[in-house]
Amino acid sequence: MDVVWFVVLSALIFVIGAAGVMTRRSPLVILLCTELMLNACNLALIAFARMHGSGDGQVFALIVMVVAACEVVIGLGLIVAIYRKRMPIDVDKLTELRG
Amino acid sequence: VSPADYGWLVLGFPLLGTLVLAFGWRWLPGRTAGWIGSASILASFISALGALQQLQDRPAEARHVESALFDYADTFGVSVELGILVDPLSVLMMLVVSGVSFLIHLYSVAYMAGDRGYVRFFAYLNYFVFSMLLLILAGNFVLLTVGWAFVGAASYLLISFWYRRETATSAGIKAFVMNVIGDVGLVVGAFLLFNGTGALDYAGVFEEAHFMKDGELTAACICLLVGAFAKSAQIPLHTWLPDAMEGPTPVSALIHAATMVTAGVYLIARTHPLFELAPTAADVAAILGTLTLLAAATIALVVTDLKRVIAYSTMSQIGYMVLGVSAFAYGAGLFHLMTHAFFKALLFMGAGSVIAAMGGIQSLDRMGGLRKAMPFTFVTFTVGAIALAGFPLMSGFFSKDEIIAFTLNRGGLYTVLGVIAYVASLMTAFYAFRMVFRVFFGEPVEEARELQHGHLVHHDPENPATGEREDTDVGFPGPEHHIAEREWPMKAAMAPLALLSIVGGALGIPGVTDTLEHFLEPAFEESAYLDTHPSESAEVLGLVIGGVISVVGIAIAWMLYLRRPGVTLRLRDRLRPVHDFLAHKWYFDELYDAGFVRPGAAFGRFGRTVVESVFVQDFIVGGSTAVVRAGSSLARGLQTGYLRSYAVLVVTGLAGLALYFLIASS
Repeated sequence: MDVVWFVVLSALIFVIGAAGVMTRRSPLVILLCTELMLNACNLALIAFARMHGSGDGQVFALIVMVVAACEVVIGLGLIVAIYRKRMPIDVDKLTELRG
Repeated sequence: VSPADYGWLVLGFPLLGTLVLAFGWRWLPGRTAGWIGSASILASFISALGALQQLQDRPAEARHVESALFDYADTFGVSVELGILVDPLSVLMMLVVSGVSFLIHLYSVAYMAGDRGYVRFFAYLNYFVFSMLLLILAGNFVLLTVGWAFVGAASYLLISFWYRRETATSAGIKAFVMNVIGDVGLVVGAFLLFNGTGALDYAGVFEEAHFMKDGELTAACICLLVGAFAKSAQIPLHTWLPDAMEGPTPVSALIHAATMVTAGVYLIARTHPLFELAPTAADVAAILGTLTLLAAATIALVVTDLKRVIAYSTMSQIGYMVLGVSAFAYGAGLFHLMTHAFFKALLFMGAGSVIAAMGGIQSLDRMGGLRKAMPFTFVTFTVGAIALAGFPLMSGFFSKDEIIAFTLNRGGLYTVLGVIAYVASLMTAFYAFRMVFRVFFGEPVEEARELQHGHLVHHDPENPATGEREDTDVGFPGPEHHIAEREWPMKAAMAPLALLSIVGGALGIPGVTDTLEHFLEPAFEESAYLDTHPSESAEVLGLVIGGVISVVGIAIAWMLYLRRPGVTLRLRDRLRPVHDFLAHKWYFDELYDAGFVRPGAAFGRFGRTVVESVFVQDFIVGGSTAVVRAGSSLARGLQTGYLRSYAVLVVTGLAGLALYFLIASS
């Protein structure tokens, strides 16, 4: 199969993820969408690795997975902390960092 | 032992005294500080006597001893050392300064007792004496400048001694500003001399001075004169001296009569080889000195503040000295400097005693009839006044009339100056006895009657110039008044001065003793001094004329104030414009106020309102903060706090970058 299909699929998933990050208000969903974007990248990396016949891309994909796992840990931790402080689970209402 | 060793001792004792008093003020109860201060000056005076004895043991041509402690700078073209010069001129000045200073310290021990700043006063006083001796002993222009500036600082500290009195602090500032003008003149003069001769020590400068261009040398001498005139309160830099009377009376006696104000005379005498090479500058000095002696004498006729009368008299007498040394009559000028130190310090001490008896009042209008209440003060003050008036055989008689005899002998322009000096000496005799008659004769005032019954009046403390109420805490005069009749240190200080005022003239009776003249000869051996010496008969004639004038002046004062009291008031009303002109001190203060002080203040206001607040504050400081503020508000607008808008920014930014690289690479 041509690598183009994989790349197109990867781009579609990435755009879906990015659109989710930009539009959704629940932090949990935003976290899921970032996950989507990361995995879209993984797909592209592995596809290119196959095309070039080298293992470098697969190594990168593994590292991205590790990063994604860390990110999920921190992200979910933050969400739980927000929930326990009885603050609204809505990113538009968490605006303390406004300059 | 070299005379220079004694010179170092003369300097060392007052410095030691200053340090002990300045650092030990906490542990010095009662009058201890006064005695320490007096002892250090006495030690200095004894060392000066040692220097005199050592110097006289040497042959006349070896009476010029230099000594250096260390080099300030010693490189190509510049050689300056911390060096002193001991010669007859500096020894004479040393003796006069330390001797009179000692007596004034002794007087202050009692006079200042009870003041809350007692120790501080003596620390300042010792510091002043050290500075003055440094000025006198300096062997080069650099050290001279140091002493010169120290003296100005000490004068400022002592005039503003009662620092909560606003009149005193502003008088101190005025004196300091005038003195700094003089310092600048002296420094510029020394620079011009260094530029022309390549030397900074006196001997080197005098040796090379005749290679200098005439104009350059005259300019240097005029600059030195600016320094001399500011210190010696000569027109046009004289206005600070009357105001300096705001200081305590012993300060007036020490600084503003006997020592500091004679520094200008000393400077001219010290640099006499330059003035002889630049006769134009000497003529300028003589003319201004004569103008001062006349103007000050006329003002002294009408001023009613006792201390200010004596202050104007000081100005006038220094005018005589300046005239003397500028007319190359160095011996006569310095002779008058010495006798003047005696009788003027005595007059100020007497005035201090009188003011104390009056409970702090200084106006002649409020005084009268104090003769019976204070016999000792009356006698000593009168002795001082007689000497000042130049009454025959008194000290002022020999010294002042010798100056005039020298001046007349020069001929030409100097004849006119000599005649003016005679006119002013008539006024001198008159105002000296105007003081005596108004203070001690006539109907006794309330304070005098009280004192006769053994009760010293204490008024509520107030500023004698403005009448403002004061307290007696630190920064204002103390609660006690001390008069000579009740304090032996004051008597012990005034009695020797009274004696010296009477017999001091014996050092320079023309043709009989001439002691001082012979003593000073080695310092002036190559000068025009000996060539311009008048004949003995001319000198005697001068003495006779001077004596007659002084007797006439005293007689006029007696007529006006004792025979027909009230005549002076009618005279004042008749000559109202003249009186106003004199009472306003020839309008010098008003002139300077309009010419310098107001423009200066206006410039300062311009600097504050326009340069400082508009340009610096609003434009530079305000402008830069405004730029930062505008930039940061732009950046702040981006920080919305909305997570999703950040995400949009990141995505669009990355997409933009990606697009750019795609387009750029294709």
